[in-house]
Amino acid sequence: MATTVAAPSVTGKAHKYESGIWSWLATTDHKRIGQLYMYTAIAWFVIGGIEALFIRSQLYGPNGRLVSADTYNQLFTMHGTTMIFMAIMPLSAAFFNLLIPLQIGARDVAFPRLNAFSYWVFLAGSVFMNVSWLIHAAPDGGWFAYAPLNTRQFNPGVNMDFWVIGLQILGLSSLAAGFNFVTTIINMRAPGMHFMRMPVFTWAAFVTQFLIILAFPIITVAVTFLLFDRFFGTNFYEIAAGADPLLWQHLFWLFGHPEVYILILPAFGLVSEVLPTFSRKPLFGYPVMVYSLILIAFLGFGVWAHHMFAVGMGPVADSIFSVTTMLIAIPTGVKIFNWLGTMWGGNLSFKTPMLFGIGLVGLFTIGGISGVMHSSPPSDLMQTDSYFIVAHFHYVLFGGSMMGLFAGVYYYFPKMTGRMMSEPLGKWHFWLTFIGMNLAFFPMHFAGLNGMPRRIWSYDANQGWDFDNHLSTYGAFIIAFATAIFLYNFLRSRGHGALAGNNPWDAPTIEWSMPSPPPDYNYAKIPTVTSRYPMWPQQGPTPLSPPVPTAGGDQPLPTYQTAEQLGIHMPTPTIKPLLATMGLTLAFVGLIWHRQIPIILLGGAIFIVSLYAWVLTPLEPEH
Amino acid sequence: MATAVAEHHAEHHYTSTGLPHTKIAIWAFIGSECFFFASLISTYLIYKGRSVVGPFPHTPWTDPSTGHVYHPILNIPVTSTSTFVLLMSSLAMVLAHAAVERSDHKWSRIWLLTTAALGATFLGFQAFEFTSFVHEGLKITTNLFGSTFFITTGFHGAHVTAGVLWLITMYFIDKKRGLGPRDAVNVDVMALYWHFVDVVWVAIFTFLYLLQ
Repeated sequence: MATTVAAPSVTGKAHKYESGIWSWLATTDHKRIGQLYMYTAIAWFVIGGIEALFIRSQLYGPNGRLVSADTYNQLFTMHGTTMIFMAIMPLSAAFFNLLIPLQIGARDVAFPRLNAFSYWVFLAGSVFMNVSWLIHAAPDGGWFAYAPLNTRQFNPGVNMDFWVIGLQILGLSSLAAGFNFVTTIINMRAPGMHFMRMPVFTWAAFVTQFLIILAFPIITVAVTFLLFDRFFGTNFYEIAAGADPLLWQHLFWLFGHPEVYILILPAFGLVSEVLPTFSRKPLFGYPVMVYSLILIAFLGFGVWAHHMFAVGMGPVADSIFSVTTMLIAIPTGVKIFNWLGTMWGGNLSFKTPMLFGIGLVGLFTIGGISGVMHSSPPSDLMQTDSYFIVAHFHYVLFGGSMMGLFAGVYYYFPKMTGRMMSEPLGKWHFWLTFIGMNLAFFPMHFAGLNGMPRRIWSYDANQGWDFDNHLSTYGAFIIAFATAIFLYNFLRSRGHGALAGNNPWDAPTIEWSMPSPPPDYNYAKIPTVTSRYPMWPQQGPTPLSPPVPTAGGDQPLPTYQTAEQLGIHMPTPTIKPLLATMGLTLAFVGLIWHRQIPIILLGGAIFIVSLYAWVLTPLEPEH
Repeated sequence: MATAVAEHHAEHHYTSTGLPHTKIAIWAFIGSECFFFASLISTYLIYKGRSVVGPFPHTPWTDPSTGHVYHPILNIPVTSTSTFVLLMSSLAMVLAHAAVERSDHKWSRIWLLTTAALGATFLGFQAFEFTSFVHEGLKITTNLFGSTFFITTGFHGAHVTAGVLWLITMYFIDKKRGLGPRDAVNVDVMALYWHFVDVVWVAIFTFLYLLQ
């Protein structure tokens, strides 16, 4: 895995970190870190998918007994947690890493070592949480872990300890990356790259980072309370001590609703890159697309309690959150119509990224419409905690986020690796995913409306749910088969795909001006940007669909001059961010493992020493 | 010579805003921290008056089972003093930054150390405060007041501790090679952090201590 897609081969003098495993452990190159994120996220996507297959097999028919109720709780908790925090978010982060510096014309992110740290912390947090499977004690309290049900009193096992600490670690990763990307986008744009010339993906990423840095502190506080309650006997969620049973829900959804935009906006950004390229038209209403992103993010902080209509907040609160929720549908609808406007009258070419892009527009809209149905409290009271909700959020997260991210994978794979993914296999992947996803999730609307509650382990026969559940299970296995095709295509194409060249799609944005894969220094000379679509002629792109490269699978990737030959100073590779992560993780392991104070102190010491060694070493060699 | 170096440096690290990266990042960090402390302080305010057992912050409490009378926990005069100490450290921080900007090594070291010492004094006050509260019967596990009070002020104290370590590190760098105008931005970023932690304390002091 590590060797085939390395940065372009280097003809200069060898550096100890330039190849092999060390080059990955010590890398500060945003493109390599992006690939690490992508591989890891896809691996977790597969694991989360296997969890889903267990769930669907258990629910295939009435009175399923494939797994125990206890295991089932762990499965659905980890399926949600894995897909949200370990698959979709890091897959988005993979694109932030790969694309932001390329799209704004920079050599790297603002803090390359912090960027490596973010990745390692994410890896550590995700592994930490999943290690719990090995002792059959995976988190079992739902991905939103409602307290007080998850305090020690009601959930005494070590399960939720893994969740609490794991989420704390993952949050740290997202926050560190958030500060990094905000700084990168504000401060590292190439000359002429004004804010209103930035590619829309970078805009989406920019807005997402603000959501991350403002929403994650809230979940950090909520989880810290839970951690203290569970480990040190505090009273934050202790009802007997007078605690408010809704505190957790408010804090969680204050984070949780911005979080859903953290999950979808990057996919929106990717699709906003894909649709213009394959419609041979500039994005319709660029400024409105940017403003709607900002408006969605802003309103996203004011709708959290629509997750809580059933808890009895009273008519005033219900009405306010109902109205804000309906309002947020407006900028979202604007985006849908602008994508339609982009395709309208265009010269459409249905390559795989385009198929997935259109898939997002269609399927997300279905999920968006059922979302607006929930915004009405009386309607929501009927639907809440039923499979209707499960149908809704799988349409927005799978039909929306994952479709958009798959579009991004197919679209940017050539830039990332220098090679094309197979078109026929991509089309198989798309159509099977599209069919499987609708077969899996559409019947859930009916199951839910017929009263099937979510999170149940098993159900009795003769309730009218059997047929819907059969279909959902078939759909899930079709998605699994489609994903297997994707994996084969993805892994094989890295070494054997057709040579891509600089701009295989005749795409308009600046990252397509550089070689594929880009050299480690990105641009040999920092470009000056004069328009939104610098790769297209002023009068618009050629109407003919571009011939996509299909040859050269047996040929090696091109090589470039090294940074040294060009006199460009690049950051020195370093493993200190990895060491700091290991110290941090060790401290948390000490906390969960019988609260071993010496281990906690040792981990903390390693962290602090690594941090000092890192901060006191200059980023680049002295010159 | 110094300006030539600085100019070369500036040219090498072109930025869109002309500001160094660390300055943008610290503002993003401060924005994030606002939400962090806002969540802590809000929880304190939501839980104010909801503790089912004492001791309480501003009113005495008699334990019905033992008849023991607990005094109000908070000691406003003592904490006012430590608040004054922390606010004065911000003044010292400003003077340290000014001294670094004009390469006045003697005074930059004096003011860096003074800032760190004032911060450490504040932490000393906090340690004293925490110990005496525990002696008076308020632990983090006692009631909602104890949980929210200790976690909010404790996290603030952790931020001050990090700031003191940062200041001491800066002092040793100054001692080793002398901080000059080139380093002013690093001191500036540290100062922004330090002032922010101070401002948070003003909010905590107002909402946790003064608000009855």
